Amino acid sequence: MPPVLELRNITKRFPGVLANDRINLTLNQGEIHALLGENGAGKTTLMNILYGLYQPDEGEIFINGQQVQVHSPTDAINAGVGMVHQHFMLIPVFTVTENVMLGDESVKVAGVLDRQAAAERIREISSAYGLAVNPDDYVRDLPVGGQQRVEIIKLLYREADILILDEPTAVLTPQEADDLFKIMHSLTERGKSIIFITHKLREVLDIADRITVIRRGKMVGSTTPKQANQSKLAAMMVGREVDLSVHKKAAKPGEAVLAVQNLQVADDRGQVAVDGVSFTVQAGEVLGVAGVQGNGQTELVESITGLRPAQGGSVRLLGEEITHADPRRITELGSAHIPEDRQRDGLVLNFPVADNLVLNTYYQEPFSKGAVLQQEAILETARQRVTNFDIRTPSAETRAGSLSGGNQQKVIVARELSRPVKLVVASQPTRGLDVGSIEYIHGRLIESRDQGVAVLLVSSELDEIMQLSDRIAVMYRGKIVDVLPAKGASKEKIGLLMAGVLDKAKGGKTRKDA
Amino acid sequence: MAKKETKTKAPADKKKNAFGIFLEELTRGSLLIPVLAIVSGLLLGGLIVAVTTESVYTAWSRSPLEAIGTGIDAALRSYRALFNGSIGNPERIVDALASGEAAAIRRAFNPFLESLTKSVPYIFAGLAVALGFRAGLFNIGAEGQLFIGAITSVYVGFAFTGLPAIIHVPLALGAGALGGALWGFIPGLLKAKTGGHEVINTIMMNYIAFRLSEYLLRGPLQRPDTTNPISPFIEASAQLPRFFDSPIRFHLGFFIALAAAYGVYWLLFKTRLGFELRTVGANPNAARYAGMNIVLVTVLAMSLSGALAGLAGANEVLGVNYTLAPAFSSGYGFDSIALALIGKSHPVGVVLAALLFGTLRNGALQMQIAANVPVDIISVMQALILAFIAAPAIIRTIYRLRTPEHQDDELHVRGWGG
Amino acid sequence: MSNQAATLQSAAEYGTPTRRRVMGLVFLALAGAIWFLFANTTQAGVATTFTLNPGGSQANFPNLVFDTLPLLHALAFACALIGAFQLVRGFGKRTNAVLGLVAALFIFAFLSWVASGASLNLAGLLRATLIRAVPITLGALSGILCERAGVVNIAIEGMMLTGAMVAAIFGSLYGLWVGLLAGVLAGGLLAAVHAVLSIKYKTDQIVSGTVINIFSIGITSFISAKFLARYRFLNNPGIFPDIQIPGLVDIPFIGPIVFSHNIFFFGLIIFLTLLHFGLFFTRWGLRHRAVGEHPKAADTLGINVFKTRYTAVILGGMMAGFGGAYFTLGSVGRFDEVMTAGRGFIGLAAMIFGNWNPFGAFGAGLLFGFADMLAARLAILGVRVPSEFLLMAPYIATMIVLAGVVGRGQMPAADGQPYEKEGH
Repeated sequence: MPPVLELRNITKRFPGVLANDRINLTLNQGEIHALLGENGAGKTTLMNILYGLYQPDEGEIFINGQQVQVHSPTDAINAGVGMVHQHFMLIPVFTVTENVMLGDESVKVAGVLDRQAAAERIREISSAYGLAVNPDDYVRDLPVGGQQRVEIIKLLYREADILILDEPTAVLTPQEADDLFKIMHSLTERGKSIIFITHKLREVLDIADRITVIRRGKMVGSTTPKQANQSKLAAMMVGREVDLSVHKKAAKPGEAVLAVQNLQVADDRGQVAVDGVSFTVQAGEVLGVAGVQGNGQTELVESITGLRPAQGGSVRLLGEEITHADPRRITELGSAHIPEDRQRDGLVLNFPVADNLVLNTYYQEPFSKGAVLQQEAILETARQRVTNFDIRTPSAETRAGSLSGGNQQKVIVARELSRPVKLVVASQPTRGLDVGSIEYIHGRLIESRDQGVAVLLVSSELDEIMQLSDRIAVMYRGKIVDVLPAKGASKEKIGLLMAGVLDKAKGGKTRKDA
Repeated sequence: MAKKETKTKAPADKKKNAFGIFLEELTRGSLLIPVLAIVSGLLLGGLIVAVTTESVYTAWSRSPLEAIGTGIDAALRSYRALFNGSIGNPERIVDALASGEAAAIRRAFNPFLESLTKSVPYIFAGLAVALGFRAGLFNIGAEGQLFIGAITSVYVGFAFTGLPAIIHVPLALGAGALGGALWGFIPGLLKAKTGGHEVINTIMMNYIAFRLSEYLLRGPLQRPDTTNPISPFIEASAQLPRFFDSPIRFHLGFFIALAAAYGVYWLLFKTRLGFELRTVGANPNAARYAGMNIVLVTVLAMSLSGALAGLAGANEVLGVNYTLAPAFSSGYGFDSIALALIGKSHPVGVVLAALLFGTLRNGALQMQIAANVPVDIISVMQALILAFIAAPAIIRTIYRLRTPEHQDDELHVRGWGG
Repeated sequence: MSNQAATLQSAAEYGTPTRRRVMGLVFLALAGAIWFLFANTTQAGVATTFTLNPGGSQANFPNLVFDTLPLLHALAFACALIGAFQLVRGFGKRTNAVLGLVAALFIFAFLSWVASGASLNLAGLLRATLIRAVPITLGALSGILCERAGVVNIAIEGMMLTGAMVAAIFGSLYGLWVGLLAGVLAGGLLAAVHAVLSIKYKTDQIVSGTVINIFSIGITSFISAKFLARYRFLNNPGIFPDIQIPGLVDIPFIGPIVFSHNIFFFGLIIFLTLLHFGLFFTRWGLRHRAVGEHPKAADTLGINVFKTRYTAVILGGMMAGFGGAYFTLGSVGRFDEVMTAGRGFIGLAAMIFGNWNPFGAFGAGLLFGFADMLAARLAILGVRVPSEFLLMAPYIATMIVLAGVVGRGQMPAADGQPYEKEGH
């Protein structure tokens, strides 16, 4: 019997990125096949291709041994493929029934909706698979777990046999996740096959029948839970790349520059994202915050830099209370911020490089005198910084948006590090950059450290954390689960901590909330 | 000194002026598109003139070729009338110059001067919308702000007596700006504080302004000796000085408008506030990151935009009409959106576009008289030009232009939610 | 900014303490207005007479006569009582219904005050309100059709204007029904332009709407000045006669008010019902709304977002064309330049006020139509309130609604956002 699904040599290029590089994947009937990889590894792209949302540049798709062309979600649905997207494709103001039936409606004469019939089928599916929902509820009133069940019912309603679940546990509480796993088993028992996308190691080992690991668009390997263990998977997922070794002297930590006490921050949905975090960063050291993305690092950084209100706790910069300060005050106190999303927060792409270089100091002397900008001073400073920071741009007046990613990031680094700063908060500072730029930015951060600046580095690149940090804090589910000296810390151990496996990590002194 | 060195290294930077920046921006977004859009709009307008000419149909019954000839003839006649009416009749100008009579020369050049006069409200209103665009705000309420500006300035114009012109004129102008600013401030505040979309709110403010002006003109501001809804004439001391004898209406307002254009340019590109305004407009997230006060900037931008629109109204009543009658504005509100878009939201572009619109409006009167083409054809042309500017893909398709690699999107579509 | 808007929105959600208090204060303010503005300026012993007989009715009703001052005091007291209850306990989910009731009481008080010492023909008032609501509501329905599918339409005014003129010309040449059809098609044609610009070329939808508005004002005035002024036979279509619904028209009081109108009123009622039913009870409507709320979700379920939006916008344009034809074929009997006079924009306001729901928009249309009608009659009654302030009321009310003061409306989530397929 052929596998229910086979992907052969799927390749997808986006401008400047090879998102999928000749990926092969098979899925057998009744199987849960986990697709494991870091954020941005290309898992979702692969699944969007299978679901007809993207067209592959190369490669073939076989379903039950037959080659199929999937040009649209309709093709995928007709071929029996269904997908639960990471960001739910639900309409909040519709009821469960309306969301489920949309696109495949039960109708009476003249296109009049038969909500009763649809609700009845939903109840049947719901009881058959143990998916508790009330068809008449509005989706906006459901908890996240309930919304996910609606998404799964949507697939079953269309009689999909191949179910793709994209990061289904990312938004769930542990209890909800356990419920989901039960549902997944009841689905496979009834002959459905599941592709389960995740970056969480323990879940994979708990539930998958087979595991395929993807890293940077390439398939790293396939294994089974029996053959693998967490540290092995972590190594496959994070990879061991060429060591971009950073020459650094021993740190000479000084006074505490940033002191975070019991900080609590909510995410956009109002859920607790940073849950009572405490740490300090001292002058002349790099504190690296490791963790799989989405464990509260973004909210932590935004809160420290004044972009997101704290719900509780305190943040102090050089003894000054800045918990509820606005970004300008925090900047003026000597904090530099290299934001996670440089194009969204860090730059105005339509502005010249020069303007971006003074984006948060334009109002100070010598860039302004009174209400008037001093273009001469701005340009002159910009040219110096372009030279000093090796920004490759035709001129200081070139649009920032036309620079390469690495040079855009150098613009931000130049702006932030040219000021007399006491603290640098760098969030994913080298994401998506070329090796040369990575090396350069790493060097700059270490240089700041050696000049006695406190550096808070947040990165999901474990290598980067290991190379730059003097101490490493590992964040998991909004908490800092451990802080350990970088010297002697092993990648395996940090990988385990990142995955939330506390008992197995040695030196099990878990740092509790202060 | 290092300073000297950098200066000599890049002399190009020194020469950068308003026009330079504008040209740079235009060529970056392709200078061709606006020019082709204007040409296409004018040509299509001619086509509409041709197919609505009766003689074309009588000619059609004889032969299609003759009909086409008649149509082209009609269109050309209209263009000629448009030109004579807006720039001046070349023969008359030559004759007048030959005669050497000052009065005759002035009369010959009057169409051109009148075009400039007609451009004044366009310049102000276009600047108003452009300033809003730069701050990421869609001010569709220039019409209402203009009305309120006209009301407040006409009030100051007639109610204050005995002031010298040097005080009265600026006072009346300032009142106009203040009135318009208030009309912009309200939707600005609502946008910044509640997220209420400025497009809806400014539309609503337009109609509130119309009703308010109707009330005032039949109540407190009505001319005492009449039952018509019209305000008293403003004091002579509040009139914007004219440069020539009647009937030439060319007045100081034109130069004030140019000064305002420079002022907007200076504000946008040379000041701290302008920098903040453009940053909020181009990337509000980055503005927040950089510590800018988005609420304040939004409210200020809408108020300034309203003030400019208010000045458009003030200039019409203080420079041309000397009184306020209902419905004196002829769609400046919508036209100003076209102006800002055609001018790429840059003051120089807006001034050029406003001169074009003023010229067209003025020439249209002559066209109506000489070629029997109603003035409203101008609105049709303006709509077509705006459509081509807003959807450059159409122009690229027609003229088989290549799509540029990079396009500035100066305007971001946002939902009503803000 | 979005964070801030979100918190504000949640604060204004129904049933929150803030909203409860705000509404309570609004009720109390209205009670105060009745007491201090109306009752305090009314002399004791004056009476208000409401006539209940519209013209042409056989049945005769006695006039309603009230002593104005006690009535006003009673109304103020009732509003104050409701306000106090709202402030202390709150009406919960019924708050909006109570708001309607208080508004009705206030309007009644206003009318009593206006007509104190005189008589007011209530039946005539209501009939005129219905008629004035027709173009406003049709404009709103046009907006609802477009925006429920995620396309903002500020060109309702322009589409109505063009529909009005085309209907007048074709109506003059080929009869009323052909005129009506032509008007509807003209609206649809302009809407097709809006659709192509905003869906295909992804032009800003407000810019695209502005193009249509400028074009419409220009082309209608152009043709009017060029042809209609000269050839009177092109602009003399006549108007649709009133239809009396047999049986129903004989219902006392209500019959002549509701069941004797021309086809535009009945058309409105039919479209209103159809659209409500279509949007909320059919497959078409479910998909239509899905595209306006979350086009990507709709796309992942195999719904053609672009086709849905084109259909929506063109249907919306046809609705506006029908509304435009009302002006020439249903009301005036000829085309005048810019005769729609902002009704399209009031329609836009009614759509927002009515929370993007057909019947809500009809309610708003009635309210706005009432203000419109009353403004026209105040002068006749010789009243102390300038009619212009009444005419402003719809716009001010819409701004208040938009600011979220009385509970934020639920606009389609993807309204105004062009849809772009990725990865192709």
